[in-house]
Amino acid sequence: MNPLVKVKNFVFGTGRMAFLGGSPVYYGWLLFLLILICQGLLAYSHQFQLGLISTGLRDSVSWGFYIGNFTFLVGVAAAAVLLVIPAYLYNWKPIREVVIFGEMLAVAAIVMCLLFVCVDMGRPDRFWHLFPIIGHMHLPSSIMAWDACVLNVYLIINLFVASYLIYCAYNGKKYNPKIVVPLVILSIPMAVSIHTVTAFLYNGMASRPYWNSAILAPRFIASAFCSGPALLLILFQILRKVSDFDIKDEAIQKVAEYMAYAMVLNLFLYGAEVFKEYYSNTHHLVHYKYLFSGLHGQTSPIAVYAWMSLAFAVIALVIFLIPKLRMTPMTMNIGCVLIYFSVYIEKGIALIIPGYTPDTLGQVYRYVPSMTEVRVAMGVFGIGFLIFTLMVKVSVAILFSPDRKVAHA
Amino acid sequence: MNDPTDISPAAAEPQELGTSRREFIIGTFYALAAAALASGCAADQLALDEFVQKHFKDLTPDELKKTIARMEKKYWEEYGANIKINATPPIPGVLYGYALDLSRCIGCRRCVYGCIEENNQSRNPSTPWITVLEMDKEGGVDLANADAFYDHEQVPAPGKFYMPVACQHCENPPCVKVCPVEATWKEPDGIVVIDYNWCIGCRCCITACPYGARHFNWSTPIIPKDQINTNTEYLGNRPRPRGVVEKCTWCIHRVRKGQYPKCVEVCPVGARKFGNLLDPESEIRYILENKRVLILKEELNTQPKFFYYYGL
Amino acid sequence: MFKIRSTYWLVAGLVSLVVAGCSTQTESYRHFGNSALSTTKKTETLVAVAPPPFTDGVFPCSTSECHKPTTKVNKVPHDVVFHADIELHHDEKNRWCLDCHDTANRNFLHLADGRLVDFKESYRLCGQCHGPVLRAWKAGEHGKRTGSWSGAKEYRLCVSCHDPHAPHFKPLKPERPPIHQEMIK
Repeated sequence: MNPLVKVKNFVFGTGRMAFLGGSPVYYGWLLFLLILICQGLLAYSHQFQLGLISTGLRDSVSWGFYIGNFTFLVGVAAAAVLLVIPAYLYNWKPIREVVIFGEMLAVAAIVMCLLFVCVDMGRPDRFWHLFPIIGHMHLPSSIMAWDACVLNVYLIINLFVASYLIYCAYNGKKYNPKIVVPLVILSIPMAVSIHTVTAFLYNGMASRPYWNSAILAPRFIASAFCSGPALLLILFQILRKVSDFDIKDEAIQKVAEYMAYAMVLNLFLYGAEVFKEYYSNTHHLVHYKYLFSGLHGQTSPIAVYAWMSLAFAVIALVIFLIPKLRMTPMTMNIGCVLIYFSVYIEKGIALIIPGYTPDTLGQVYRYVPSMTEVRVAMGVFGIGFLIFTLMVKVSVAILFSPDRKVAHA
Repeated sequence: MNDPTDISPAAAEPQELGTSRREFIIGTFYALAAAALASGCAADQLALDEFVQKHFKDLTPDELKKTIARMEKKYWEEYGANIKINATPPIPGVLYGYALDLSRCIGCRRCVYGCIEENNQSRNPSTPWITVLEMDKEGGVDLANADAFYDHEQVPAPGKFYMPVACQHCENPPCVKVCPVEATWKEPDGIVVIDYNWCIGCRCCITACPYGARHFNWSTPIIPKDQINTNTEYLGNRPRPRGVVEKCTWCIHRVRKGQYPKCVEVCPVGARKFGNLLDPESEIRYILENKRVLILKEELNTQPKFFYYYGL
Repeated sequence: MFKIRSTYWLVAGLVSLVVAGCSTQTESYRHFGNSALSTTKKTETLVAVAPPPFTDGVFPCSTSECHKPTTKVNKVPHDVVFHADIELHHDEKNRWCLDCHDTANRNFLHLADGRLVDFKESYRLCGQCHGPVLRAWKAGEHGKRTGSWSGAKEYRLCVSCHDPHAPHFKPLKPERPPIHQEMIK
């Protein structure tokens, strides 16, 4: 068959799989996502017309909710792949078939990352200034330029591997390991690098002592290993319910065990940071004071979130450390939700805002995200979840429906 | 492994009609898009030119001239003022330096508003380039307890001293380092400038600046027409668009023509000093050689060319 | 009292304009090419901004009815009747009018050794006590200069900014504070 026709068949065939033959719940979910996206677009058009003044951001706190979400999702993208890659490398069967979901989650997460960066830009019309050759990529000195590089390369790799695997399965062929394995191996350092480079983006700012700590990148990786797998575990259980996708308890338990290690490391590193700041008690402590209590006698608007995040992390750790609780689906799921939101709050709010408060001249601007920001963020999540849902629907249809269970052996 | 090709849903469906319909739709879409693009471009050639405009340093002299002409025209339409944009080159053998006498500054904020008018800063929202900090004499330079919003009947307030802060024009500027698109750089005469037509508004530089010197145009700047300063510089005080970063340029449009920056001229107590660091006979060199100077946050190795000193 | 504080700003502004205007006629420093600036290490051009005005209708004193050369003057420090509006806050315990103002020629000041000093050169008189400040002022460190950092500068006399009878700066009303960022909508 003409390869072009094959590709066309594949595109339309998978398109049909994505939109046809779903349950009412599935269409309801799609409708919900569409509503999310539409209200997000409306909010963004408002922001586009007025400028970033419609956000809560100002000169003192110039990055906020958008960049926090971006950071969180980079972590999800990195962890999703790092988690499932050993399956390829060590040929460990129980989590073998979930690799593709990790890659698809990474794709959706990176798309959301790029969207969050776009909505945060003052001049999105000048995005091409970041391109090589026609623009001015400020390499090697700008970490932001590096971040743009690694994120896009990571997106391309994962998009390619995921669609190639689906494409092969669709055509009933076995994938070519000579293509897949090198790319999967490449995506390991890439996954580490996207989160490390993102951490370096903050870490390298000597002007912001809150971030200027050598363990920031390790903390990023550790927290990502908590939130990314949490999302995947819940997803696997949903898929197991609604499709023929069959993941063994053994695999879920293994992932949960990894997560327990990551949670210990995450809290340990966090504790190390907090100890250093409070014991040395330098001027830099003001940022932690703003995070956990407040400054100049005023309660910080983010303190409640900081404590919530910490409490969630501790409870989740307890759940995951006790094997019995970890192995009971009910408690494990509670733990997953808790750690997911703990990291989400930590990256979305507790990481960015205190870095800017007080600002470099000691002035306190009490930033809270505006309604526009929250709505745009919901829209971006809508887009990401829609992409992910459609990809999962297609891959489940191809890989795990009874009559098409082929090829991915 | 079985062969799924036969049961592929795509293969199972009749193709002919669908394909031709699709092609028709796609063809129509492209035609419409092309038409929209063409008419849009014709209607707004200026916007297109602005969209594809090159980095300041990549412009040939001829392109620069055309770009400036286009901008001046646009400013005329926007502000009804005949704004003249210069692209004055740096003076060879000059490295600017600035000194401010902390023992004389009384915190009157004349510099703040002189700067706003001279540099076509937005009046609403107003994010002035100069921040005057009030601190306790007994506490010394302590930013954590500094107040930028003091509002006394008279200054100086008892027991207080004042520290105006704007761009420090670092020799080692972190803002330049972090910019992903090289929209900001240090000129040979030491002034850190921004190409407002290249900045993408990512605000990395605002984050990297340890002095709160950089400000963002959160919305379209508003300048009353009768208050526009029409003597402007491409890399300096020409009106900025929304969504880009701006900051003090030591009045690049004045100093490259030999004048003092505006803040030096309006300071009622003569606390502000400016000159050529490479000229051993300059006022600024006299201060560096005869006074005890301090720089802000010296531990960050930004090497500011803005020096604070105690003249008394 | 000399109405220095109230009239200074207006006068200084006007004078700067005048000086600037004159200098465009006599020198070309406002119309140079930048290359010209770079090479010259010139002797610094300093242009005096006119000193602040005297009290209306009083100066010159020698022609007035008050201080005739023949008038006998009591040189022992005492309260004077006419200049009651001048409050001396300038080492007033040790000094009085005739330490600076010349008894014989009221249109001049005099140094400690009796040499006469024109009001235009009053800094010489101030510098007798304030030596380091005079040095700093001559170097351009003390006092305000305007004009060109590389060419002609306008300088001010001590008395342009400091009231010689009460030299301490008076407090000023500050310009309004910046708007809190919470208020920027």
